[in-house]
Amino acid sequence: MAKITFITTDNESVTLEADSGSVMELAVQNNIKGIDGDCGGVCSCATCHVHVAPEHVEKAGEASEIEKDMLELDDNADEFSRLCCQLDVTDQLDGIILRVAV
Amino acid sequence: MNQVVSQLPICVVIGASHAGVNLAFSLRKEGWQGKIKLFDADPVLPYHRPPLSKAYLTSEDGIDKNLLKSAESYEKEDIQLALGTKVSSIDRENKMITLDDGSQQAYDKLVYAAGARPIIPPITGIETAKHLYPLRTAADVTHIRQALNASETKRVVIIGGGYIGLETAASLKKLGAKVTVLEREPRILARVTAPEMSNFFAKLHAEQGVDVYTHKNVVEIETQAGLNQVKCSDGTQYTADIIIVGVGIRVNSELAASAGIKLDNGILVDEMACTNDKDIYAIGDCTYHFNPHYDRYIRLESVQNAVDQAKVAAAAICGKAPVYNTLPWFWSDQYGIKLQMVGLSTGYTHIVMREEAGDDTKFSVWYFKDETLLAVDAINNAKAYVIGTKFIKGGDKVCQTKLADSTVEFKPANLLID
Repeated sequence: MAKITFITTDNESVTLEADSGSVMELAVQNNIKGIDGDCGGVCSCATCHVHVAPEHVEKAGEASEIEKDMLELDDNADEFSRLCCQLDVTDQLDGIILRVAV
Repeated sequence: MNQVVSQLPICVVIGASHAGVNLAFSLRKEGWQGKIKLFDADPVLPYHRPPLSKAYLTSEDGIDKNLLKSAESYEKEDIQLALGTKVSSIDRENKMITLDDGSQQAYDKLVYAAGARPIIPPITGIETAKHLYPLRTAADVTHIRQALNASETKRVVIIGGGYIGLETAASLKKLGAKVTVLEREPRILARVTAPEMSNFFAKLHAEQGVDVYTHKNVVEIETQAGLNQVKCSDGTQYTADIIIVGVGIRVNSELAASAGIKLDNGILVDEMACTNDKDIYAIGDCTYHFNPHYDRYIRLESVQNAVDQAKVAAAAICGKAPVYNTLPWFWSDQYGIKLQMVGLSTGYTHIVMREEAGDDTKFSVWYFKDETLLAVDAINNAKAYVIGTKFIKGGDKVCQTKLADSTVEFKPANLLID
């Protein structure tokens, strides 16, 4: 079981718990504003962009090559950017804070 | 004391798939205070369609793992779903729809998101064929999975070598089926890609053990003792325990047509997704709409178009003046090969192939009309997809020589005409 906190662009903080699936699915099922996941989670649309809190980068790990390339579609991407359909919910993510990208 | 009771306006949506559902949630984001009610004949909570022929088909997941939104999300946003309900007519004069049980529902704004249905071609014997399915709904997938599990020999014939047919071929192969694809045209994916792409996918399927035949016009299906013989005009025939039909779609336009809504290769809409009736909008696969990037009217079968038109219609209904102006994009997954497409290649004069050194499963096909980049198909190459998207959006002039040269580092700045 992992606790995952989303901070929306309205500065609303929402903490959710899950033990499986992707972070994007968790966000969409709980209506987190700004996470659309239009492609259903296959790293094709870049509509689930989050910035990982700098102190939690290790929890999230590194993005794959395809994910890094897709992030370049978004001018707001930075070194903490991830497409959260590519983040699987595991214990390792417990406590992570993700800021939803503008 | 008299109290003024104001009646909240209601937005009624016909169709609860990608377009209808996104419209509903976008309306709330835009501040719509009125009621929202969605009607769909499909009894299942709305789900993602693209995975049906891909990951969902090969998984053992129930549709609950593949939902667009959770049941709680609809409750939280006060969006009502009337599923398993068919709409039988639209009365524009009285702003009312009638359901097939005879009940009626008034609307202030109506959104037509009725989508499309698979074409079942008029092949002799098709009505009596055993285990013949299209692939568009969750129920179709359930039927296909059940038929496959129940079959020992698992011989599947797929009629149609487009994306649905090929994705389904890849998925069923993974499930242990013996798959044959029959395509009527001289090459697979003929309607949507360049010959180079068709060749790549034909080879890919052959390597995976799927038999892909072109120039195969299916003229008859003969079914005896539960076994189908699929017969082609050239005299060949193929035995099938299961037949999948993937030969395209037909727009669900009948309801709109009988209500006098203007049609032209789909529901004709303006840049705000509005029909010729100012209180009726249309979105998604069923619309014929103007695309400013290509300066012409188009009809698109895609999630991107469904979602983007939904956002535009929601903003317009809430009194804003949005303009639909997005670049089409698509994707397909087959055997771990990731295809991403951006733009529309129709009318291209030539292509430029961009290969990446040392990896023959990673390349991109760039469609040009003279000097203008129209579209990019990227195989396992998100970078090409991203760069192509930026170039098309920016109307950039691309140096085709540098693009084709795999020793030139793949960065936007390196590929433009100086």
